[in-house]
Amino acid sequence: MSHKNPVTTPRKSATFDDYTMSEIRRAAATGIYDIRGSGAKRKVPHFDDLLFLGASMSRYPLEGYREKCETAVTLGTRFAKKPIELKIPITIAGMSFGSLSGPAKEALGRGATIAGTSTTTGDGGMTEEERGHSETLVYQYLPSRYGMNPRDLKRADAIEIVVGQGAKPGGGGMLLGQKISDRVAHMRNLPKGIDQRSACRHPDWTGPDDLEIKIQELREITDWEKPIFIKVGGARPYYDVALAVKAGADVIVLDGMQGGTAATQEVFIEHVGQPTLACIRPAVKALQDMGMHRKVQLIVSGGIRNGADVAKALALGADAVSIGTAALVAIGDNDPKWEEDYNALGTTAGAYDDWHEGRDPAGITTQDADLMKRVDPIAAGRRLANYLKVMTLEAQTIARACGKNHVHNLEPEDLCALNIEAAAMAGVPLAGTSWVPGQGGF
Amino acid sequence: MPVFDLATTTLRELNQSLHGLDKSGANEQFEVTNPRGAHAVAVGIDAPVDVTINGSVGYYCAGMNETANITVNGNAGPGVAENMMSGKVVIKGDASQYAGATAHGGLLVIEGNASSRCGISMKGIDIVVKGNIGHMSAFMAQSGNLVVLGDAGDALGDSLYEARLFVRGTVKSLGADCIKKEMRPEHIDILTKLLADAGISDVKPEEFTRYGSARELYNFNIDNADAY
Repeated sequence: MSHKNPVTTPRKSATFDDYTMSEIRRAAATGIYDIRGSGAKRKVPHFDDLLFLGASMSRYPLEGYREKCETAVTLGTRFAKKPIELKIPITIAGMSFGSLSGPAKEALGRGATIAGTSTTTGDGGMTEEERGHSETLVYQYLPSRYGMNPRDLKRADAIEIVVGQGAKPGGGGMLLGQKISDRVAHMRNLPKGIDQRSACRHPDWTGPDDLEIKIQELREITDWEKPIFIKVGGARPYYDVALAVKAGADVIVLDGMQGGTAATQEVFIEHVGQPTLACIRPAVKALQDMGMHRKVQLIVSGGIRNGADVAKALALGADAVSIGTAALVAIGDNDPKWEEDYNALGTTAGAYDDWHEGRDPAGITTQDADLMKRVDPIAAGRRLANYLKVMTLEAQTIARACGKNHVHNLEPEDLCALNIEAAAMAGVPLAGTSWVPGQGGF
Repeated sequence: MPVFDLATTTLRELNQSLHGLDKSGANEQFEVTNPRGAHAVAVGIDAPVDVTINGSVGYYCAGMNETANITVNGNAGPGVAENMMSGKVVIKGDASQYAGATAHGGLLVIEGNASSRCGISMKGIDIVVKGNIGHMSAFMAQSGNLVVLGDAGDALGDSLYEARLFVRGTVKSLGADCIKKEMRPEHIDILTKLLADAGISDVKPEEFTRYGSARELYNFNIDNADAY
């Protein structure tokens, strides 16, 4: 009778997990770093780690179906002659034509307009689809200046100077040759089919002192009508916001590491920048220290998914939030109905992020004429509008439960945190305690 | 001819007066005096008017110009004629950094020298510099022509796309993917016209060397990684 020694269960390394090993094999086989779209996928402290306290003996709530809870927000009250008036505190983030198809941009414009909010151009210029279907359109002023021209500048409702974005603070854009169609190439004034690398910093100013002069120029060109936004990635939020105020911003857009991108290096997305949750309080503190909170509006983006996220960002001091990835999902991105097509690309619905390859089964992150027909801009726009309205209702529901008649009246005192990390980042007490880590000598 | 004295008139009044003018070609003329290094002088004009600025200007003079003819009888600070779409800008003195940055069209003539990053990310503009240009000029230049009668500094044309560079003097060094190219008859024709447009008659096109993109970096290849 043979004897077999017991064996241990095969154990995979936590350090060298399946994904890590697959990436090593991919890198060894191809000799190029992994490029993908979307934002950070790693788990980081986020809004889910916060809870609202609600009303009880010490606070009384507003009646959910009777009493008003306002959601309107005005952006650009500091210097602009024509500030933007939005019905809801949720805007659509900058996403380029080129990375997105024309029908997708049209859908974003339609949805945002129905919901009473703004959409934003991206690297590559302004298309007729989005200008024509966006009641309020923010025109991005990017380092590449692809498609930048004074006519579009003057017909924009606001100008957003992009200094950085959460997915890649310190990095430039990237649009690979597969997506450079004739139209995209023409708009960007570059040959068809080449990889387009957008610069990581602006070509004609360096630092906030120069930026102040650049903003003066943009205001002079547009006769001081347009609100000027400055968008920064979640790098050093206190100082970045302080310097943006000093440079003359009307509005600051702060994008955490969960914020998406059309394409950049995986290593950049996952290893550079701070989580959105960690960025808000330092940014608000900078505004408060300068006496500019609510005078210079703060828009927070990066991983906003539902009305609870909206309410939490506002409670921490933001004036509005911005959504990108969530808006794409609302118009059909990563929809399981295209599962067979995702499988054919070696992925699955919900995980597809090779947006740079231009083969998006949902027809959103592509310039393929057949694939983009899968986006019905009217129906997709309606879905986006529905989603925006649901988010707004959710945020109102929470605000009323906290006794607030405007979502802007939410405050950090309405929140607690489920863990020490989130408590420290958000500057709110750990649930069940009065302890705010990082404050009071701890 | 309306005269704007920036010693007594605000920049806002000046630029507002230069906006919304008749685009049909009225050829109105304006004069600006005492600019004293002011920034954003004569920006965002979109009519074929003549503007003469007597004195030196600061940042972004003639920014985003469309169809206007603007002459600076002095020096220009950083970013002169940035993102110009059309028209003509003439700087009688020297120009600082980023002259003609990202500009889509028109002609920029710098009668003195231009500092670093002249023509950075240019997208169709023609730039003629009678003197020398500084380092990193024509970085990521996409299209248009940069003509230099003097010398060019380090890293000329780094990561160049389809812009044409013509240098009459020496080039201290070429940037990544920028190479010397054959001067063909069509390039002689381009140079002949540009020199004439810039009012230069004592220099021959044959005296220039053409530089352009080797197009080796147009699509990423890991074996080119040491070029970045």
